[in-house]
Amino acid sequence: MYNQTIDQINTQERVARLFSRSIKKESKVQALHLALSMIDLTTLEGKDSPGKVKQLCYKASHLHDNFPNLPHVAAICVYPPMVSIAKKALEGTKINVASVATAFPSGMANLQAKLEEVKSVVNEGADEIDMVISRGKFLSGEYQYVSDEITQVKEACGKAHLKVILETGELVTLDNVRLASDIAMKAGADFIKTSTGKVSPSATPPVVLTMLEAIRDFNNKTGKQIGMKPAGGIGTAKQAIQYLVMINETLGSDWLSPNLFRFGASSLANDILMQIVKQSTGNYQSKDYFSID
Amino acid sequence: MSKKQKWEYSPALEGTDHIQLKKQYDLFINGKFTPGAEGKYFSTVNPANEEKIAEVAEANQKDINFAVESAQKAYDNTWSKMPGKERGKYIFRIARLLQERAREFSVIETIDGGKPIRESRDVDIPLASAHFFYYAGWADKLEYAFPGKQANSLGVTGQIIPWNFPLLMASWKIAPALATGNTVVLKPAETTPLTAMKLAEIIQEADLPPGVVNIVTGAGDTGKAIVNHPDIKKIAFTGSTEVGKYIMKSIAGTDKKYTLELGGKAANIIFEDASIDQAVEGIINSIFFNQGHVCCAGSRLYVQESVAEEVIQKLRNRMSSLIVGNPLDKNTDIGAINSKMQLDKIKMYVDLGKEEGGNIYQPSCSLPKKGFWHAPTIFTDVSQSNRIIQEEIFGPVLGIQTFRTVDEVIAKANNTAYGLSGGVWTDKGSKIFKVTKDIRAGVIWANTFNKFDPASPFGGYKESGVGSEGGIEGLRGYLDLA
Repeated sequence: MYNQTIDQINTQERVARLFSRSIKKESKVQALHLALSMIDLTTLEGKDSPGKVKQLCYKASHLHDNFPNLPHVAAICVYPPMVSIAKKALEGTKINVASVATAFPSGMANLQAKLEEVKSVVNEGADEIDMVISRGKFLSGEYQYVSDEITQVKEACGKAHLKVILETGELVTLDNVRLASDIAMKAGADFIKTSTGKVSPSATPPVVLTMLEAIRDFNNKTGKQIGMKPAGGIGTAKQAIQYLVMINETLGSDWLSPNLFRFGASSLANDILMQIVKQSTGNYQSKDYFSID
Repeated sequence: MSKKQKWEYSPALEGTDHIQLKKQYDLFINGKFTPGAEGKYFSTVNPANEEKIAEVAEANQKDINFAVESAQKAYDNTWSKMPGKERGKYIFRIARLLQERAREFSVIETIDGGKPIRESRDVDIPLASAHFFYYAGWADKLEYAFPGKQANSLGVTGQIIPWNFPLLMASWKIAPALATGNTVVLKPAETTPLTAMKLAEIIQEADLPPGVVNIVTGAGDTGKAIVNHPDIKKIAFTGSTEVGKYIMKSIAGTDKKYTLELGGKAANIIFEDASIDQAVEGIINSIFFNQGHVCCAGSRLYVQESVAEEVIQKLRNRMSSLIVGNPLDKNTDIGAINSKMQLDKIKMYVDLGKEEGGNIYQPSCSLPKKGFWHAPTIFTDVSQSNRIIQEEIFGPVLGIQTFRTVDEVIAKANNTAYGLSGGVWTDKGSKIFKVTKDIRAGVIWANTFNKFDPASPFGGYKESGVGSEGGIEGLRGYLDLA
């Protein structure tokens, strides 16, 4: 099953056609609420501090308090040392804590160290693990190594959900993106994810479409439903809606749910909030009316 | 939104209040809108709701005589004497005006013909304008197009165009004729005359000398009067093979030049090494573009046996996400069938396909009650001996066969009365060259389908026609090369 080629030009054309869908009125309001509920609110910086993470966790369940009936985001995504802080801050909410692991973002560590890191963040309460694949091994053709590594990380995860980051910006071709997606899903990924956000380009529409098609084919063959998470570079409500169209017409309505689709983003939530308020009042408010935690 | 709830796109209608349409259109002859000699008018309706949009004059023999006379005078007195550079300026002006009014033209094309606004907006109108731009550039360079030869214009040309791409076909015909120094009498199809009449307004606005372009509306008899007029030097026709044959018979024994762009039954070939998802999208574009009202549509699909099941399953899934409905909705993928007559013809073929033992599949989609509609349709379990595989349906109906070897599929692809276009999908470059060399068709697309460019010639083998339009080749049909 590892031999599906992907035509770049036609993939770009398909993306352009999907993105020409015009989402208005009721369908737009629906989409905005849905997109909000799919966000993994993320902070992955060397300068992160407990205070910053606590603020982010509060924001996750209080997106815009003077506007009723808003959903909460799906999860908070942080570095390993912040897991216990986030877990505590989110007590009593249904918001998950996701932690990057396996020597994020480069993945340059030995397997033992990676497994220990995963086990320790799971112990601290992480509900979801975002691992990175070994791109160096992948590019030198050691696919079995990449696959085995994912399988072992999955084992180390226990009950925690595993998202496998392909770092597509380093895989370069869509053929590689497809192959890496197939390997990750077969090796036990619950979600496949485009990028760390630390490499440019991060999630591009042709890459996301290629991964969604891989998920659909895997589902047709095995019956398993694998989730998808584009991350990095998605900052506007318009982009989010375009991706929802892409899921809707590639995978169908099952995937229009935070159980199977997430946006890894830090600034997306406020742009969506601004649009939701605009749909309701008819006017755009200044950015200053939306909290920046 | 709960997990299982479907996300339906709300209607996103393109506005119509910005368009300007008259209730009645006269003939455009000698630079002016003039009523026909008999004063007869016929209606043009919106195929999406069967409502009358406007009335259009019906031209008879007398009107055609007047149009040809005007064109001849314009040819003799101004157009043939004008330097190419000056002619080019007029054509550039038409191209720019068309571009500026693209939105209005898109909406009118969609209302009059039934095609989705997405296509008239993104394909028809931009390409029409591109053709004028392209041929405007040739007007002063004809001696470089055919080195060592003298390029002489012909005189009055008679042009008859179909209803599937009304404005685009008008531009395919008018632009090269003007660039080469000829004058024009053009008849648009009777079901889709409106964008041609709007083009007449642009031609007026561009201040073209009176009589250089004449646009006369009517049906078969009007066309006959053009074909048989003794002063017309060249007939350019796009339409059915049946009418093409009639034209060839009618002008036999005259010295009229002709280009005929007729029907097709193109083979679209998917090899097992193709990028499957992209190939499936290619099938969608090859047969459901413009409701399948495309002479070069890939209406015969050949899939290599080893991937046939997968391709057909994916095609069915993809078909279920096609949106059929109001052509003015920006999300519509498949619009209305152009006319009742065409819808009846498509239905006849679909019934025939079932009688012939074909296995039919149509996605569940609700079709509007008023207007002319047909669901996207595919047939499997069909063969070369079936009429639905041999004859042009000109609708959203695809016949699918499988094959095992390259030689087999080339033989089957060529086993047709037509030879207009074809498609091949493979990851292997060498296979592309082998297949495209051996298939007798005017255009063969590799890993794409239904792509058009003014610089690329277009024409057919066998019953698909004679001569080429587009590119440098397209100039040839309007010139006497000495």
